[in-house]
Amino acid sequence: MNRSVLIEPCCSLCTHSPGRPCPDLITCIQEGPLCHDDDTCRTLRAERLETVRRGGDGTVLFVGAGTCGRANGALHVIAKTKSYLEERSVPARLVEVGCVGFCQREVFVDLQKGDGLRLSYCDLTPDNVDEFLEAVFEKNELRNRFLYGRYGEAPGYEDVPLVADTPFFSRQTRVVLENCGLIDPASLDSALAAGAFAAAARALTTMTREEVCDMVAESGLRGRGGAGFPTGQKWKVALNTAAHQKYLICNADEGDPGAFMDRAILEGDPFRIIEGMLIAAYAIGATKAYVYCRAEYPLAIARLQGAIAQCRKAGLLGANILGSLTDLDIVIKQGAGAFVCGEETAILASIEGGRGMPRPRPPYPAVAGLHGMPTVLNNVETLANVSGILRNGPAWFRDLGLGEAAGTKVFALSGRVRNTGLVEVPVGIPLREIVYGIGGGAPEGHQIKAVQIGGPSGGCIPDEYLDVPTDYGKLQELGAMMGSGGMVVMDERSCMVDVARYFMEFIRNESCGKCTPCREGTTRMYEILTALTKRPVGEEIQRLERFRGLLHLEELAATIKETSLCGLGQSAANPVLSTLRFFRDEYEAHILEDRCPAGVCQGLRTYAIDTATCVGCMACKKVCPAGAILGERKSAHYIIVDRCLGCGACVDACPKQSITLVA
Amino acid sequence: MSSAPATLAQPAELSREQLIPLLQEVQAKDGYLSQTAMTELAQALDTPVASVYGVATFYNQFRFAPLGEHVIEVCRGTACHVKQSLTLYQHLERRLKLRPDGNSADGRFSVLSVACVGACSIAPVIKLDGEFYGHLTVEKLDALLDGIDKHDTESPTEPNQEQPTEASHS
Repeated sequence: MNRSVLIEPCCSLCTHSPGRPCPDLITCIQEGPLCHDDDTCRTLRAERLETVRRGGDGTVLFVGAGTCGRANGALHVIAKTKSYLEERSVPARLVEVGCVGFCQREVFVDLQKGDGLRLSYCDLTPDNVDEFLEAVFEKNELRNRFLYGRYGEAPGYEDVPLVADTPFFSRQTRVVLENCGLIDPASLDSALAAGAFAAAARALTTMTREEVCDMVAESGLRGRGGAGFPTGQKWKVALNTAAHQKYLICNADEGDPGAFMDRAILEGDPFRIIEGMLIAAYAIGATKAYVYCRAEYPLAIARLQGAIAQCRKAGLLGANILGSLTDLDIVIKQGAGAFVCGEETAILASIEGGRGMPRPRPPYPAVAGLHGMPTVLNNVETLANVSGILRNGPAWFRDLGLGEAAGTKVFALSGRVRNTGLVEVPVGIPLREIVYGIGGGAPEGHQIKAVQIGGPSGGCIPDEYLDVPTDYGKLQELGAMMGSGGMVVMDERSCMVDVARYFMEFIRNESCGKCTPCREGTTRMYEILTALTKRPVGEEIQRLERFRGLLHLEELAATIKETSLCGLGQSAANPVLSTLRFFRDEYEAHILEDRCPAGVCQGLRTYAIDTATCVGCMACKKVCPAGAILGERKSAHYIIVDRCLGCGACVDACPKQSITLVA
Repeated sequence: MSSAPATLAQPAELSREQLIPLLQEVQAKDGYLSQTAMTELAQALDTPVASVYGVATFYNQFRFAPLGEHVIEVCRGTACHVKQSLTLYQHLERRLKLRPDGNSADGRFSVLSVACVGACSIAPVIKLDGEFYGHLTVEKLDALLDGIDKHDTESPTEPNQEQPTEASHS
């Protein structure tokens, strides 16, 4: 664990320790010393701060090693760089940072020279890192093919674009992600040098609980986890409920497939979350807090654990924080892989050690939550916004958004789009701007068909509606949902019936089983959708059932929506309803013509054997799991379409490439 | 690896709230939850075994049978689905001759499908023995598995050597 240099006293006059906390500690570190006027101390503190801000003396290499970076080989890049530096005794430090957000071009490595020049390089792999290191350290060619951009003033490199001016970043407004990929997430010092904990210190030592709640309410911040409930209002309810114990829970159970902003924030800037939690806990009067994090995010958990330990040691967590008589302890609870545990009452059940099943609301957790006590649950991104609001004021936050909306939202852009990664934009920006402007549109030669937003609770928005602003209400009108911000782009190679079926399978698996509409309804919908993606065989009745299924889908969807217990069930039908609304033609092609326009649905694929080239080797006949291939040795074979499952095993087995997909 | 985990050695401090962390700890150590472990836990927590079993079966994380030597987790998130992760899974099914419980015919491999590992931008993704691999294709997957096969035949590993690496990540 890193030792905090900044917390250390400048001289004997500085008396801070966790046991005897100084209320001015943070301001003192960032601007100090405050309690005494001494030029030596001032210089010492300024120098320390500058060194920490730069990540150390001399040359520093910052390697983006979040989970996404690691999947692109960041750890191998680090290992190779380390041995390179050691072998040639190059005096340079290596610092692991989080993901800068442009995952498509990872691995990112920032090179910082002793004079403060910071250049960013991308597209590094374990295979080409040696070429990069050689260019930088031996040939002194800082302008090489990996160069992406520069940070700040870079004398002599003014022609290199600022990272913030490159097409991927220039349209973004980075607030929550401002430090991700730039600072060392394993070091409290690094966060302090970037201004962390100043807002929390001010709140704890100079503001009342009501003032903090009012400020957040005034900012217009709404829950970023999906439902979009006004955060300040939630806090006030908990504050005004009298109880001897209150709890704060940070919801980091990012279960929506397609969303990964919480992971990136926890991995890249964990101290921001701790500061947000400190402020929130103070505002509602909670002394115990939990972070409920998915076990699938081992790196995020490790980063958070390290950050909590450092804060405890520095007296930023524990008893009597900064002399404000505020106590707070944060405990990490690892989720155990249940999507429903993103629902607030299910989290409570899970933390209490039971099955993660939701319960009816009211009473809302803010009134009676964990162990029956007032409990506020906030999403990671919501809490990440809090320090900024306190630092810059509610008006600043409101102005960040477009129109009525306030603040920024992080979206996870993935799927069939050129630039994938995390993008932070003002709330209210049109979807088209994100998908085409930042994402760069569909890959070469393809066309965007739809954007799936909001995960299993959201919907698919077709290309022609992409001018809709990313606003909670406007998206709902289109049958989608802001959700947690997962945005999966699909082109003509995706089948919308298959997408609906995919989500229904997901919900069916993840339904906790407590209420009947969700448990049974989603299973029936899944069965209907599965029938649509298979060829009706034999009986006329099956054809009829497939047709009737379409009518049943709509009826079931309405029932599930109205009668399910929790948000998971109530929104479960959204993916089906939105695809039915915008892509009815695809459903009709499946039902009436037994055809999948995108060619995705395996059960509707038709294969044929070219009798001219088939040599009758029987290889395909042997691998066919359905016994759908007929033919004798040395004479051409034939596929019985009605029996074929469309698995394509025969295509792989054929030595003569005689079998092709015909529809 | 949860913060300040209670161990079975300190029964006085145990409460119901620690059930899930304890189950996670047991699984991290043994690789799965055995009947004996769950019975012991229930006694230590003074709860019925049925309720421990009920909680354990509710969550996808918990397994009730030991895993193979190599664990492959195929991400089935939306982005991975759109980029054909099902094809990868089906390929594994065929190549490793998976049984319905997800273990390969020779017991060396366990294939699990997971909801989303949060690396959507480099879809499709798999996690092989705790390491992530992105932008996969059937060819790249084959190359990975060939590498493992080669490694195992050249230097056979003891089964419990792989276990801790995987377990510490789950």
